[in-house]
Amino acid sequence: MGFMSSKSFSGGIHPPASKKITESSSIVKCPAPPAVIIPMQQHIGAPAKPIVAAGDAVRIGDPVSESGGFVSVPSHASVSGTVSAIEARPHPLGGKVLSVVIENDGQEKWRDDIGFDAKYAELSRKEIINRIQAAGLAGMGGATFPTHVKLSPPPDKKIDTLILNGAECEPYLTADHRLMLEEPERIIRGMEILFKVLGAKSGAIGIESNKMDAIKVLRQKIAELNLPFKVYALHVKYPQGAEKQLIKAIINRRVPAGGLPMDIGCVVHNVGTAAAVYDAVAYRRPLVERVVTITGAGIKSPKNLQVPIGTPFSHVFNQCNGLTQDAGKIIMGGPMMGLAQSDIEAPVIKGTSGLLVLTEKQSRRKQELPCISCAHCVDACPMGLLPKMLGQFVKHERFDDAESYHVLDCIECGSCAFVCPANINLVHWIKNGKLRVMQKRKKAN
Amino acid sequence: MDKKYFVSSSPHIYAQDSIPKIMYTVILTLVPAAIGSIYFFGLRALWIIAIAAVSAVATEALLQIMMKRPVTVYDGSAILTGILLAYNVAPSVPLWLPAVGSFFAIAVGKMVFGGLGHNPMNPALLGRAFLLASWPTHMTIFSAAVPKGGTVSGIDAITTATPLNVLKAAQEVLRHPQNFSPAQKMEASEAIGQLYDSLRELFIGRIGGCIGETSTLLLLIGAAFLMYKRYIGWKIPFTYVGTVALLSWIFGGADGLFSGNPIFHVLSGGLILGAFYMATDMVTTPITFAGRVYFGVGCGVITVVIRQFGGYPEGVSYSILLMNLLTPLLDRWTRPRVFGGKKTG
Repeated sequence: MGFMSSKSFSGGIHPPASKKITESSSIVKCPAPPAVIIPMQQHIGAPAKPIVAAGDAVRIGDPVSESGGFVSVPSHASVSGTVSAIEARPHPLGGKVLSVVIENDGQEKWRDDIGFDAKYAELSRKEIINRIQAAGLAGMGGATFPTHVKLSPPPDKKIDTLILNGAECEPYLTADHRLMLEEPERIIRGMEILFKVLGAKSGAIGIESNKMDAIKVLRQKIAELNLPFKVYALHVKYPQGAEKQLIKAIINRRVPAGGLPMDIGCVVHNVGTAAAVYDAVAYRRPLVERVVTITGAGIKSPKNLQVPIGTPFSHVFNQCNGLTQDAGKIIMGGPMMGLAQSDIEAPVIKGTSGLLVLTEKQSRRKQELPCISCAHCVDACPMGLLPKMLGQFVKHERFDDAESYHVLDCIECGSCAFVCPANINLVHWIKNGKLRVMQKRKKAN
Repeated sequence: MDKKYFVSSSPHIYAQDSIPKIMYTVILTLVPAAIGSIYFFGLRALWIIAIAAVSAVATEALLQIMMKRPVTVYDGSAILTGILLAYNVAPSVPLWLPAVGSFFAIAVGKMVFGGLGHNPMNPALLGRAFLLASWPTHMTIFSAAVPKGGTVSGIDAITTATPLNVLKAAQEVLRHPQNFSPAQKMEASEAIGQLYDSLRELFIGRIGGCIGETSTLLLLIGAAFLMYKRYIGWKIPFTYVGTVALLSWIFGGADGLFSGNPIFHVLSGGLILGAFYMATDMVTTPITFAGRVYFGVGCGVITVVIRQFGGYPEGVSYSILLMNLLTPLLDRWTRPRVFGGKKTG
């Protein structure tokens, strides 16, 4: 589709960045809540299984669940205290999910064996992967794919390139930006570990060029540690941080439709995941907290907070002086791909990059008008799809047509619905269509 | 907490575009041409534009009330159809003609199919085609643009042929010399010479023709703004105009191949209005990159075929209407390649 430079991708949009609100706010530690809720499903794949019972005493970092399979990770206590219940609780991805609830005793006692392991560099590949899985790592960019799975490609897939994703192309979010500025050493050390495990030949970090300060800091750190990694300043264009578009922009390779980055010798990890990898391998420290951007016009004091996993949204909002009177919509993640929340007692999970609160005025959807075939959605789609057609096929329940028009290749970035002058919620229809096509395929097998 | 929050699918922010905004912007960019038409043809042009627009809006509102549907005339699309229809009639037509044309354009060209977004063909052009078929004399007699201050005879407008009419007649003479006298042949050659010398007048619009189509300059000012706003793309207008220029150069001359004057053909008739304002109508044109290119080329080919070999001097309207009908097929044939995928047909 037309001419394009090698450092970008075709399609895409330029939504207002809205990052000024929190981009200069240093990461602040969020006090632990009176109780945390640790869901058994915080990752893509099989749910974890609880290994504690009500009444058990736990310390920070103690596992409360074990992997439910290879594509699964355990979860850990993020406060010290007593398990008060194992029950279904509201989950940010919708519905209720079996969760371990821990009453915080306020002692902040950590598991004993956590601490710096000076010999971590001598660990074998297998030992490193084991530590990463045991630490419960799942992709922190939001997709939450278990990290150790991406590090264990089948033997026929040779990985030559490791890419760290620091694009943070979602408007409003600044968690990765702050992490890159404040914790460059953890990120680069983590990258070094990932690089070694994958046996990659080149390592790259992709960052949108609206974060030149982060680019500078990481370049300095790489030079200081004398590592062969490169930092790329990318076009500011949404969805620059989508995995396939990021790979295209940095190394000009295309992930085949329906395929994975490892099919073209590439693995992508989020910068936050890299930092957590360093903690997991060098300190045996499990993933019990993460940086979350709390932002939007509906929040009184927007912040970047280091939040214990399992902290209810309501507690996080209280640390930001609460919601404004006219708060209308709560979104986990960014405004383009985030999920609207109905229950503010749902907890922060491993994939919670942000909590965005919009005002009622911002939340009201304008009336849907008939499609006028302006094709703005076609021009915006970074996947080369025809969103207008997909939306109409699904609306008319023509799922076979939707499938033949590649509905399953949609990455749900939201660019089409963003530009639609008729206010058609194309993503809603397309998500629906994907679900129906997948159900149909399952049935056929 | 009892407060209920909005829940909906992502995305949660939107661009500030809307259908009314697009429609009214297009209308705004047509204003320079309207002012030009009043300057060239007198206040009558304004009356025709106003009557056509009011008739279009009234027709749409009336039909929506009759069909018990929400009245949506404020979205600007009916006004735009009315204005474009007015731009496609001669300034000398009786005032009821644009009213009837707009009625047909909206009723048969748009509402029958379900209203905005559902019409297969450009309603304004369909209205014009209807008028041309029903009242051909009214539709083919044109006023010449008259310099300010009037003509020698004292009337404000004189009846004349459009440049394309003149060219067609003159070429007829030169292509069949055996049927005409030497004096006639001489006259024809001179006429063509004069036409080709008048390119500047053609560009400004001081010529005979329909209300809104004569001034290339004023139309392009509006179109440039629409391109800047990305409400129209470059693919259809440029390929359309380019195809007409190329084919007119090859086939448009009286002295055999490659003797045509491409600039004359581009500037005359309704090509600029058609290419930038009618062939770019969102509803009735392809949504794919390649589809839009083929659409523009197809319009160009048909236009030149009609102008050179058909019965009418002008072919813009019919070429666009015919290509409108191909739009669904073009979209199907030119599906873009999915990211990381193989070419699909």
